[in-house]
Amino acid sequence: MKTIITDFEYLPASTVEEALELLSQHKDDEYKIIAGGQSLNTAMKHRLIAPDYLIDIKGLSDLDYIKFDEKKGLKIGALATHRSLEKSQIVREKYSVLCEMEENVASVETRNWGTVVGDLCNADPAVDPAPPLIALDAKLTIASKGEERTVAAEEFAVDFFETTVQPGEMVTEIQIPVMPPNSGAYFTKYSQMLGDYALASVAVLITLDKKKEVCANARIGLAGVASAPVRAKKAEEVLKGKKITEALLAEAAEVVKTEIDPISGIEGSEDYKRELAGTLLKRVGKVALERAQKS
Amino acid sequence: MKRELNIVVNGESYNFFIEPKTLLVQVLRETLGLTGTHQACDSSSCAACTVIVDGKAVKSCSILALQVNGKEVTTIEGLADDTVLHPIQQAFIDNWAFQCGFCTSGQIMAVKAFLDENPNPKREEIQMQMDGHICRCTGYNMIIEAIQDAAKRLQSREAAMKLPEQKKLQSHKWTQTAKSGKGA
Repeated sequence: MKTIITDFEYLPASTVEEALELLSQHKDDEYKIIAGGQSLNTAMKHRLIAPDYLIDIKGLSDLDYIKFDEKKGLKIGALATHRSLEKSQIVREKYSVLCEMEENVASVETRNWGTVVGDLCNADPAVDPAPPLIALDAKLTIASKGEERTVAAEEFAVDFFETTVQPGEMVTEIQIPVMPPNSGAYFTKYSQMLGDYALASVAVLITLDKKKEVCANARIGLAGVASAPVRAKKAEEVLKGKKITEALLAEAAEVVKTEIDPISGIEGSEDYKRELAGTLLKRVGKVALERAQKS
Repeated sequence: MKRELNIVVNGESYNFFIEPKTLLVQVLRETLGLTGTHQACDSSSCAACTVIVDGKAVKSCSILALQVNGKEVTTIEGLADDTVLHPIQQAFIDNWAFQCGFCTSGQIMAVKAFLDENPNPKREEIQMQMDGHICRCTGYNMIIEAIQDAAKRLQSREAAMKLPEQKKLQSHKWTQTAKSGKGA
């Protein structure tokens, strides 16, 4: 079988300014931005998407970076690949949950070419990086010609394959604050095969108080269980201000089931995915707690 | 509108004009006739089309050829040294790591990039690396064994290549000492 992409006008950019200029020129046209294209090329082959213009930003080497600062935290440029995040020493040291997440994203070949930001912009409801980014309180910078705005990770995707990015805009960077003291984070996804999109995935960040007894703060991100990734604020409230026990995690798991809206599919029914999300939350919460205690 | 593509494939430079929608696998197979790179699922799911771009294994069915402009590509055709197979290729044969062989060129290219980065991998690392390479014949165990064997072969080949150099060095030293009149 050979699939052929429909014709488009190819517009490569080599600097951010060039890319933003092209975006402003074509904001009323049917265009798509391509970075690694690991999801986009397949969608174009299947004619799910047939843009008139393709703005290629893969060459924006000035956005291919992962930087860490003890005060400002981590910055991931829009062209940083999944693999560079997975293999970054500083990320493994400071935010190991991101590397653990990356090890399970598609396959090595896809991670070598595909970008983290591109994955988020594709906005599959089960997108892997979203839950840990929500848990870590990440923000995304979205730029257009002459303007820039910032959006929280949990507000980035709005629906199936739809984000807050407007015509003429592009994401330039992800920012993740420094991990608060006495914190631990963990992520797990459940999928039929290693590297598949998740049926459900959960990331939890737990911050303990100074004595490491009571939960001072908790952040919970999920994917695969609604039309876009979810931050489970009510379940977070269950954990906050209390000593985390298995019983408390079970209580939070019951609450999380009310905060998601999974759809039935060939891989699992709505009820099954709801149960799965609850079970994963209990498991992930336990590891995040252990990590916070050890930190 | 066609656009210019400059690439190096298996050490040879090429320059031609292509439609922007052309994928890397199409350039390799159709323009250059390098049909060792296989196109199977054509949707980034099977990894049969894996080639190496600037040292990294990638899926050639899911990359626009123009994004590889100015880069270096290695395909299965670039591995053997004339008529002598590359140690990874030989290890796949000796360990019965394929039957129909359709996925093999992609497997071998992934292994090449992997062993270049990690010459002495653990079994679990091999499993993680090869995840995503679909083979419907072998049941994967023989592939893992072939990779372990290939790693050993490459290490002993490297050791063998170092040996003559060490000898050369020693004899060189001896000559110098002899010349200075202090030695032997």
